[in-house]
Amino acid sequence: MKATIHITLKNGVLDPQGKAIENALGQLGFDGVDEVRQGKLVEVNLSERDPAKAEAALTDMCEKLLANTVIENYHIHLDSE
Amino acid sequence: MQASVIVFPGSNCDRDVAVCVEAAMGTAPLMAWHGDATLPKSDLIVLPGGFSYGDYLRCGSMAANSPIMREVVAQAEKGAAVLGICNGFQVLTECGLLPGVLMQNKGLNFVCRNTRLKVSNNKTAFTAQYADGEEIIVPVAHNEGNYFANDDTLKQLQDEDRIAFTYAEGDNPNGACLDIAGICDKAGRIVGMMPHPERRAETALGGEDGKRMFTGIVEALS
Repeated sequence: MKATIHITLKNGVLDPQGKAIENALGQLGFDGVDEVRQGKLVEVNLSERDPAKAEAALTDMCEKLLANTVIENYHIHLDSE
Repeated sequence: MQASVIVFPGSNCDRDVAVCVEAAMGTAPLMAWHGDATLPKSDLIVLPGGFSYGDYLRCGSMAANSPIMREVVAQAEKGAAVLGICNGFQVLTECGLLPGVLMQNKGLNFVCRNTRLKVSNNKTAFTAQYADGEEIIVPVAHNEGNYFANDDTLKQLQDEDRIAFTYAEGDNPNGACLDIAGICDKAGRIVGMMPHPERRAETALGGEDGKRMFTGIVEALS
């Protein structure tokens, strides 16, 4: 079972890289970009076939390693084959 | 007295710190490898600066989950004194021994220069040889030194007098909340700081302001 995990900075946490990208887009002439926030995407292949168990394991992985919940949110998306 | 310096793949200040500890203590510290599952009982444990595990995922996050860190956390909980410098500070926050997180510098640049620091708490196990409020010069060298914590945590750090060092007014190199350069645990035995005291610990390095961190902890533990 394949899972995709999006890790994003929480609202209110300063994202200097996102700001730099936002400015660069403006300099390239892309109008109307109100805000850019940069995050991470992690793909995990699991041998687990039970979606509930997979989700529980992935949540544990996010809490223990993949995300720092002081500043980051995570969103787990399961792709069932 | 037993001191240990933890060495991760990518640590690069481990030997500098070992020189400082040996100069203060008279004997060389044990150099402990990240993959070791056991650590001889240590009175002082230093997590040095560097780029452990190539800063993969988040600075300090992989190191915080390495086998030796289970031992470091266990000994810290039993009262061992722990000093985390730069990447070592990042490891301390990632493993939960200290609160908050070190984010990317506000200006997006790696900053490598001397900073003026104020000793905000000289009652920790490491800072007793400094005067309260003393201003010292210690260099920083980091890309992720922007200390961040939520408002409740920041208030708690202030209320419990757990801010060990702040950047002097106008000298915050990274945008850290409350100008925080270093914090400690409740007991003042675990200290994490972004500046490098080992890089200013003898006159040949431009000054000795950092030396008292090491002589101070040795005196406190003797």
